[in-house]
Amino acid sequence: MKEIRIHGRGGQGSLVLAQFIAIAALEDGKYGQAFPFLGGGGERRGKPIMAFCRLSDQPIRLRSRVSEPDYVIVQDVTILNELDVAEGVKDTGMILVNTEKEAASLGLEGPFHVFSFSGDKLARETLGRPIINTAILGAFAAISKELSLAAALSAVRKKFSGELGEKNAQVVQESYKRLMRELS
Amino acid sequence: MQETEVLEGSEAVAFAVKACRPQVISAYPISPQTHIVEALARMIADGEMDSEYVRVESEFSAASVISGASAAGSRSYTASSSQGLLLMTEVLYASAGMRLPFVITGVNRAISVPISIQVDHQDTISLRDSGVIQFYVESSQEAYDTHIAAFKIAEDPGILLPVSVCMDGWILTHSYERVSFLEQEEVDRFLPPFKPKNFLDVNDPKSWGSYAEEDVLMEFKYSIHRAMQYGKERIKEIFSELATITGRDHGGLIEAYRTRDAEVILVAMGSMVGTIKEAIDKLRSQGQRVGLIKIRCYRPFPFEDILDNIKVAKVVAVMDANFSMGSEGALGMDLKAKLCGRRGAPLVLDCVAGLGGREVNEKRVLEIVERAREVEESGLPLDEPYWAGLRPEILPEGAENDRQGKIG
Repeated sequence: MKEIRIHGRGGQGSLVLAQFIAIAALEDGKYGQAFPFLGGGGERRGKPIMAFCRLSDQPIRLRSRVSEPDYVIVQDVTILNELDVAEGVKDTGMILVNTEKEAASLGLEGPFHVFSFSGDKLARETLGRPIINTAILGAFAAISKELSLAAALSAVRKKFSGELGEKNAQVVQESYKRLMRELS
Repeated sequence: MQETEVLEGSEAVAFAVKACRPQVISAYPISPQTHIVEALARMIADGEMDSEYVRVESEFSAASVISGASAAGSRSYTASSSQGLLLMTEVLYASAGMRLPFVITGVNRAISVPISIQVDHQDTISLRDSGVIQFYVESSQEAYDTHIAAFKIAEDPGILLPVSVCMDGWILTHSYERVSFLEQEEVDRFLPPFKPKNFLDVNDPKSWGSYAEEDVLMEFKYSIHRAMQYGKERIKEIFSELATITGRDHGGLIEAYRTRDAEVILVAMGSMVGTIKEAIDKLRSQGQRVGLIKIRCYRPFPFEDILDNIKVAKVVAVMDANFSMGSEGALGMDLKAKLCGRRGAPLVLDCVAGLGGREVNEKRVLEIVERAREVEESGLPLDEPYWAGLRPEILPEGAENDRQGKIG
């Protein structure tokens, strides 16, 4: 089983990102589970929130919060000033931060890998809004190999129909391609 | 071939309710409400579902509307949570007394004050004595399946009582996971239209909820108890009939998990059960004889089935996500009342776990099993229930001397 913890701010689509990954898991023939942890007063725009996701070849019974993630996704780099996003990350784990800064300059030190990637420009150009969860989804698929591009695209189209779904699918495809190029 | 989707637990329940074709749905659309009634309202507005949706000004009215609709012979449904369920309470005692077979989803959330939107079972446990049948579920799939069974159980001529499917708020209602759906024709075959023998009819006037003197009231109450007590077998039959259609067997009134040779058996209900199963598998791989009884049906209380599965247990550790102030948790009380005086009965370790969303993770389960081992070794029960995960550092001074969780 692989466990993912997503840090973001209320309104950035962190939970939706977790949901995309869980929906994509089904497309890939796996089990997926996605759930929010809003703590401290429920849904509020701008407040740091967490969303969790689990992927497994077996049905997922565990329902506790993800405390030792294989992957951490940080949608908003300013959260690094507020909490330790590396808490509990497995030695073999990976942290993906949405920022234009270099990964090495983020002050995240440990045995895990740190990647930085900025989805802001791509999201603004294609969607007209800085909602970067679909850009991150493409990047995560490329870096982690935990979900296929086809499954990620299908998850986005399943959740958003019509033009919105198509535009977001385009963002996923672009960010996936970009990361694959950078990684090769 | 059943269609499978990854979707929100609330939405899965809305699809189950839709498939059951309720004729009347009534709800009060404000916190602590969930997406369930929102999704149903949308389905009706979009013409995907043929049902009368009555939006009311309070949960008291929602329960009243579906009681009236049910008395008039309509299959009826509502959902609520927390304070909303408390506000329904007065009506629900009456609905059970009038033997009205509707279904309520009780989305479990803590009761104010402090104000909270997090999960625990205090809300539905407060309805324990009302005459409403209560099921608790572990997953969105079980929630889906149990709602379909719930209408058939409620409407069974030998039962005729409201049924509440209790489902953990957030952890189930807001989670995305796999759910497989039945075909509409399969649900229709399993659950034929509601045709009660008695219903409100202007052409054949009858009274519901009439006055009862001391000479008959006890018999009315005993009849409700009897419908529950002797309805247990029928509930099991309906669950297994559905299991043959779905191919998914969630168990009967309980699910016994690795209990056969278990020395320590945990007893729990709701979404924490999955996490407990994971912890049990870990302990088993270390050679510990530990098992779990998941309570699926809490009212009627499935004592006979529990007893059959705890015969060799030395300690039964109950994890209650509710508490009766000044006493203990509901499951612990039920179990001890039934075990008292039985030769060779195991000791009961009462734990309070998961109040107000306090996390129940594997570590917490292992702590409880460790405590159960201490109880086993001492041969003595606890003085007072063990509040698992309590934070002594924020309690009033002196609380460290409390007898909470201490043995003998």
